[in-house]
Amino acid sequence: MATYLEFIQQNEERDGVRFSWNVWPSSRLEATRMVVPLACLLTPLKERPDLPPVQYEPVLCSRPTCKAVLNPLCQVDYRAKLWACNFCFQRNQFPPAYAGISEVNQPAELMPQFSTIDYIVQRGPQTPLIFLYVVDTCLEEEDLQALKESLQMSLSLLPPDALVGLITFGRMVQVHELSCEGISKSYVFRGTKDLTAKQIQDMLGLTKPAVPVQQGRPLQPQEQPVISSRFLQPIHKIDMNLTDLLGELQRDPWPVTQGKRPLRSTGVALSIAVGLLEGTFPNTGARIMLFTGGPPTQGPGMVVGDELKTPIRSWHDIEKDNARFMKKATKHYETLANRTAANGHCIDIYACALDQTGLLEMKCCTNLTGGHMVMGDSFNTSLFKQTFQRVFSKDFNGEFRMAFGASLDVKTSRELKIGGAIGPCISLNAKGPYVSENELGIGGTCQWKICSLDPNTTLAIYFEVVNQHNAPIPQGGRGAVQFITQYQHSSMQKRIRVTTIARNWADAQNQLQHIEAAFDQEAAAVLMARLGVYRAETEEGPDVLRWLDRQLIRLCQKFGQYNKDDPNSFRLSDSFSLYPQFMFHLRRSPFLQVFNNSPDESSYYRHHFARQDLTQSLIMIQPILYSYSFYGPPEPVLLDSSSILADRILLMDSFFQIVIYLGETIAQWRKAGYQDMPEYENFKHLLQAPLDDAQEILQTRFPMPRYINTEHGSSQARFLLSKVNPSQTHNNLYAWGQESGSPILTDDVSLQVFMDHLKKLAVSSAA
Amino acid sequence: MLSLLPEVSAAENASELVSFSSCIPTVKLYCRPLIRTFIWNEKTVNMSQPGYVATPPYSQSQPGMGGFSTGLGPPTSSPHYGHYGGPNSLYSAPQSGMLKSTVPFGSSAPVGSPPPGIHLYNQTNLQNGPGTPGHQQHRFQGPSPGSSVPPSYPPYSHQSQPPYANTASPSSTAQLANQLGTMQINSYGPGASPSSRMPSGPPASFQGPPLPPTQPQMAIPPGAQIPPTPANNLNGICTPPSLPPLAMQDGIPGSGPPNANLQQLPGQPPGPGYHPQHVNYGPQMAGSQLSYPGAFPGGPGQLAGPQQKKLDPDSIPSPIQVIENDKASRGGQTYATNIRGQVPPLVTTDCVVQDQGNASPRYIRCTTYCFPASSDMAKQARIPLAAIVTPFAIVPPNETPLYVVNHGETGPIRCNRCKAYMCPFMQFIEGGRKYQCGFCSCVNDVPPFFFQHLDHVGRRVDHYERPELSLGSYEFVATLDYCRNNKPPNPPAYIFMIDVSYSNIKSGLVKLICDELKTLLDKLPREEQEEASPIRVGFVTYNKVLHFFNVKSNLAQPQMMVVSDVGEVFVPLLDGFLVNFQESRSVISNLLDQIPEMFADTNESETVFAPVILAGMEALKAAECAGKLFIFHSSLPTAEAPGKLKNRDDKKLVNTDKEKTLFQPQVNFYETLARDCVANGCCVNLFLFPNQYVDIASMGLVTMYTGGTLYKYNNFQVHSDSPQFLSDLRKDIEKRTGFDAIMRVRTSTGFRATDFFGGIYMNNTTDVEMAAIDCNKAVTVEFKHDDKLNEDTGALIQCAVLYTTISGQRRLRIHNIGLNCSSQLADVYKSCETDALINFFAKSAFKAILTQPLKTVREILMNQTAHMLACYRKNCASPSAVSQLILPDAMKVLPVYMNCLLKSCVLVGRPEIPTDERAYHRQLIMSMDVANTQLFFYPQLLPIHNMDVKSDAFPTSVRCSEERLSEGGVFFLANGLNMFLWLGVSAPPEVIQGIFNVPSFAHISTEATQLPELDNPYSKKLRSIMKYSQSQKPYSMKLIIVKQREQPEMLFRQFLVEDKSIYGGASYVDFLCCVHREICQLLN
Repeated sequence: MATYLEFIQQNEERDGVRFSWNVWPSSRLEATRMVVPLACLLTPLKERPDLPPVQYEPVLCSRPTCKAVLNPLCQVDYRAKLWACNFCFQRNQFPPAYAGISEVNQPAELMPQFSTIDYIVQRGPQTPLIFLYVVDTCLEEEDLQALKESLQMSLSLLPPDALVGLITFGRMVQVHELSCEGISKSYVFRGTKDLTAKQIQDMLGLTKPAVPVQQGRPLQPQEQPVISSRFLQPIHKIDMNLTDLLGELQRDPWPVTQGKRPLRSTGVALSIAVGLLEGTFPNTGARIMLFTGGPPTQGPGMVVGDELKTPIRSWHDIEKDNARFMKKATKHYETLANRTAANGHCIDIYACALDQTGLLEMKCCTNLTGGHMVMGDSFNTSLFKQTFQRVFSKDFNGEFRMAFGASLDVKTSRELKIGGAIGPCISLNAKGPYVSENELGIGGTCQWKICSLDPNTTLAIYFEVVNQHNAPIPQGGRGAVQFITQYQHSSMQKRIRVTTIARNWADAQNQLQHIEAAFDQEAAAVLMARLGVYRAETEEGPDVLRWLDRQLIRLCQKFGQYNKDDPNSFRLSDSFSLYPQFMFHLRRSPFLQVFNNSPDESSYYRHHFARQDLTQSLIMIQPILYSYSFYGPPEPVLLDSSSILADRILLMDSFFQIVIYLGETIAQWRKAGYQDMPEYENFKHLLQAPLDDAQEILQTRFPMPRYINTEHGSSQARFLLSKVNPSQTHNNLYAWGQESGSPILTDDVSLQVFMDHLKKLAVSSAA
Repeated sequence: MLSLLPEVSAAENASELVSFSSCIPTVKLYCRPLIRTFIWNEKTVNMSQPGYVATPPYSQSQPGMGGFSTGLGPPTSSPHYGHYGGPNSLYSAPQSGMLKSTVPFGSSAPVGSPPPGIHLYNQTNLQNGPGTPGHQQHRFQGPSPGSSVPPSYPPYSHQSQPPYANTASPSSTAQLANQLGTMQINSYGPGASPSSRMPSGPPASFQGPPLPPTQPQMAIPPGAQIPPTPANNLNGICTPPSLPPLAMQDGIPGSGPPNANLQQLPGQPPGPGYHPQHVNYGPQMAGSQLSYPGAFPGGPGQLAGPQQKKLDPDSIPSPIQVIENDKASRGGQTYATNIRGQVPPLVTTDCVVQDQGNASPRYIRCTTYCFPASSDMAKQARIPLAAIVTPFAIVPPNETPLYVVNHGETGPIRCNRCKAYMCPFMQFIEGGRKYQCGFCSCVNDVPPFFFQHLDHVGRRVDHYERPELSLGSYEFVATLDYCRNNKPPNPPAYIFMIDVSYSNIKSGLVKLICDELKTLLDKLPREEQEEASPIRVGFVTYNKVLHFFNVKSNLAQPQMMVVSDVGEVFVPLLDGFLVNFQESRSVISNLLDQIPEMFADTNESETVFAPVILAGMEALKAAECAGKLFIFHSSLPTAEAPGKLKNRDDKKLVNTDKEKTLFQPQVNFYETLARDCVANGCCVNLFLFPNQYVDIASMGLVTMYTGGTLYKYNNFQVHSDSPQFLSDLRKDIEKRTGFDAIMRVRTSTGFRATDFFGGIYMNNTTDVEMAAIDCNKAVTVEFKHDDKLNEDTGALIQCAVLYTTISGQRRLRIHNIGLNCSSQLADVYKSCETDALINFFAKSAFKAILTQPLKTVREILMNQTAHMLACYRKNCASPSAVSQLILPDAMKVLPVYMNCLLKSCVLVGRPEIPTDERAYHRQLIMSMDVANTQLFFYPQLLPIHNMDVKSDAFPTSVRCSEERLSEGGVFFLANGLNMFLWLGVSAPPEVIQGIFNVPSFAHISTEATQLPELDNPYSKKLRSIMKYSQSQKPYSMKLIIVKQREQPEMLFRQFLVEDKSIYGGASYVDFLCCVHREICQLLN
């Protein structure tokens, strides 16, 4: 029999779904005792090169409260041309187009291999994609130049009919009119004044002239694009103009006196960008791309004053409630983010500065709208340039890996209800029969809006088993979940992707081993981590850690095999064996630890954690460490200080960083130049191997990781040392007494200590 | 050792040099005046001393006295004897020709005559007028000259007029006698006097007191003739038939020269080389006063005839006569300001002013040059005590520009107590170690670097080398203490803000402006020594929103930045907005090319206004400089924005108590805006092109308060109005201007400045703030007594203006003037200047209409006129019949001017007059100087048809009355705002051909606003006349061609100010009657 591992992998590849439990406990009580909630990681637009989209509308259940899509799990009466909804059991007529169906002539959506299916539908006018650049001009000359080049380059990557717009800001905010010939024209706004969308539209002259309604004749729908065309133009028309315009962009001309930060009106700039799109292209796929080189220093959304002597808020300040502007700024950006999301647009933030830029306050802009958040040191780094280029990368069909204005609709069988979702989405507040009252993440709804998503965007969706203990589910019963994602494809088509999955129910009392065996510890770790990170946004760090610990201990108590009060007797089955280790690394991760991270960095890390798929999330939780040596082919090694050996090259991938670390001996050899000697060509190859592997990762990842090539004793080695399990520290170095590994100077507990404690607590009868 | 020695000594020398040059101010001062002195020497060749103050007696008195010192200079001639216009008076030739023409009468004729004249008059009076006893003059005459009554005299006194007429003597008296002859006034002595003296040789004249009687009087025969009609209708309800016969006695109207002499009173330190013998005669001049010699021998019965006749206009004082007399006596001469309290030549008289310790009359003119000594006296006379200061007045090239004095790092030396600046009024004492302030009498130490020894008369030996010790006007270099924020100012900037709404685009105005600016900006004012102007320029266009332009020199294309947040307008860019024209020339010309195209298809008709000013101000503020905004606007700003205006023009308010609201701004916003503009040194020049009501009272407010200029072109048509507009624009851009100015007027103890009128803003009671002040802007300052004034020390005034030059230097411009004080009212009356009085009355009345009903204001003016004259009559004039109208000489033309003021459209409320026009005039007058108010209220009317085309001289003006026009004539009229060419129906064809190049009157098109440039003497001369009357005027005038008996003539007639106006203004004659009645009432 295929192992669960294979099953899980298969499922993931086909449907982009991974459940924490692949056999579901059949009653609410049992489900709560499982500690890890029944939940899944859903990658709605998982790339399926093998899946051709169908060119017709999905067939919907006719029950108004259900409207589930016809799927392979439905019972079909081919003769009567009827099908029964597997969620509400409504019997539905097939539409006339399906008259010819039979057992041998099934439509795709009824075939089991099409549990995930894409429909292309023709609804409404096709609107081009919109890219609105919002560019900070308070940059160093070099940075601005690099940014200008990147932006000019990006024009060539855009689809020719895409609409582009440009807003620049510094002390003032300028909305550039792109249509005019000759003289370049821009509308300027004060950077300190918050304007309502109405005011912005008035001032930009976007308000529709009152067209007299002529004797009941309907208004021409064509009018809208005409109005907005001054600021948003098809790229093929104004390619040259815009390139010139970008080329002529000057640094913000207002003088910045000594000891001051430049006045940067990011808040108003964003507000105007949002207002502009709101007034012209609501509910159309649009990206607002904010490029900023520093913190907002004036107006609504200011994060720090312009006095350089007052540093930007740190976690310390925030804990002490010393961050003067944080609350107000956050509120400003939240309002903006919500408006943007309501209009189906998204905001990307590309923040490149050595200091913080206010991502903490602005994070909701990206988090709620599905935009990208990129953080770098400078626009003149390959990190930014490559990452930005990758935003416009194309898939195997030559189409952009981006989709807009998606709504995710989740349907469940009666035994399940929806607790909530965690990911780059907002609630659409669709109350339905499937909505649980207990919220986990963004709950209270069965529909979410994901304004922008790419094939990797992954949401965590939490369910609640509501079947009562006294109403057992018949043997062989299956629970089903349907995910309906409607979105605007980058080719401007409207598409609907429907994924329907089903899992077996099992009675946890007598079939616990089935459930246990079907535990997906990787998915569970990520799902729990998302919950933890989600909580960490609002709760104190230590509370979250305590909660995570308690969950872990309870899980161990539930599924471990041990004798009471005997830690040494504690054992976990294979399907759980890695879980504590994940939790150990999660606790140390920047997602939960703010020490040594600025608030911006924390926001940045959390942002990415909340949207990456399982593999990437796991890498983030527990970085991968590869070892390269003369002793054998490259192999993954333990993320442990004991893996750091003098004669090895290590490659660590922590998602955000790729570190190549040369052991002491290797570093000495390289320094001696052996790699250049023909007789030591093998050494040269050894040195090259991790570089090649690193390149491979660098090529594919978004955002591009920080690439660190370091060696033993170098300061940059800290990136590696801070991640590995400190099994050897200055405290226990001699106790181990072996020649292996290198000690880490830290007081952090090692995995060993952590596990010992865990065992102790798990077996403790007091707990 | 040996080798060291020379070095040491060299070092010593060096150190000496260093110490010498370290006191830079001294060195500088030392050098500059010397150079100047040299120049002056060149000019005044016959100066006996190198020092410029030490003008030799002859040369000085010669110009100053109007040629009384005949031995030295060309004599002036009789024309300064009054002749009251009329055909006969044409004789008084234009200046240039004057000297020659008068020669036949004997060069000395005027010189000697006055004293005998006085005597004569007395005689006459005694003979003819029982009511005019001879002793009346004793007060004034003091030691009566009594000297030379030529034996030939008496016969003349009884001679009848015809002989005189035949002599072609231009003397007014002769004519007057002529006129009066018909009134059976036969014993008219004075007329004879000039001619009587003709024979008397130069020596005689020299001997004789050179002073003609200064106060001719007019007498209206006894009260019986005063009509019983209800009194005082200001608008001239006086009906002609009821006119009293106006008798006039004005022996020698030319008052200028006598005054000049009069100043040299014995009490004062005599000017260098002053002729001692004049001293004796001085005082008697003052008192010389002539009442009309009764002229009533015929008794009432004889008077009956004239009573019913219309008063002959030629018999009443003529402004033209006064002007011409002054021209004749003082024109073309050098007027030295070395005497305290001397009355300068009239504004209409061309002369060279030489600063010798008092500010030139170009800078300061006073209503009277002799203040009453006590406030009681002042109250009694009710003569306004005021000075009209034009701190930046243009001086002609033949006068010395102001010196710049640098007192080094410590800044200008000032009195410790009153903070007055070092000036000629400071008295150095204690061997030069201390000085006593002339204003507050505080004794101050002389700073070491400024120390200088005194000579034997107690004067510093460097007196003539330091402008601040010897001149009335000069400038100080201001130190950082005098700068905003203690930072040296930046050069100012000009921002052009063009209304690009539909109407302006359609009319072609925008294109016109843009095209003009391309070339005009090369002419931005610059310092003489500089290559290029330091003034930066910026451009804004606007309709409902504002468009700023980035014209940075390194841009390939200008960039437009739209600011649509008009509710809270701001400046969108700093760098690239204000640029040097030379550097950004290509970008700017690119921009100016594009602006008309850019808005070619606009359909935006609403505009904003206040935000435009605000934006300009903010731009200057951001650039940390002062500057001027040039706003080209055409409509009422009705778009939703601060300062939005609605059409509130309500004709029903005219002549009600609420009429004043029409002159007040509609919303408060503009006042706040004006205050902010002034605080930031932002001057607003407004060019308005209205097609309908635009509420100038509101829109012009900021312009007025910020010292800007308002230009208005009604129903602007590019083809006909652009020359006028472009000329205005050119002039304004090229104008010399001081920016970010603050003026302070300090006075000696006993009086102080209490009120200020003009294009100014006052935050407190003493500091006169002006965002900018240019050469045409004058501030009228009113003074009041605090205490008794000292007759010895006089009344001293120091007017200091702190400002920024166009190159961004901070300077202090100082004007000092000393006035006399007297406890004799007659002295005060004698030293009055009517032109200045009218300037003051106009400004104070125009200010008062904001708070009082127009009727009240008019009554106040009328009352005050009557009061001033009544007071004179009561206190200074010889007793005479109460029904006689007696006018002091210096105020002879006050009634006619006052009448013009009262008839001005501002003070006459008639619904036919557009409210905007009234507000516009009101605003213009408020900052006008004396010369311009004079011309404005009494336009210049020149006969063209009979001018001498061969000579360069201008034709003599005629009085502004229809009677002076003739069907066969062509007349040119200009008042500083309007310009007319009036063509009589039977104008000579050769003149018409010459001017218009058309065969006949009927062919002339009245559409044209410019004359064709023809190569014939008529055309050339007329155009040169027009060019001249245009020069030095703040506003360009559009020529309107008016044909007799055609509709537009109505417009023209409004400017014939001596006539009854269509809006109900009284004629001169009527008004005179009213005034007379008032006086009579007061006297009773």
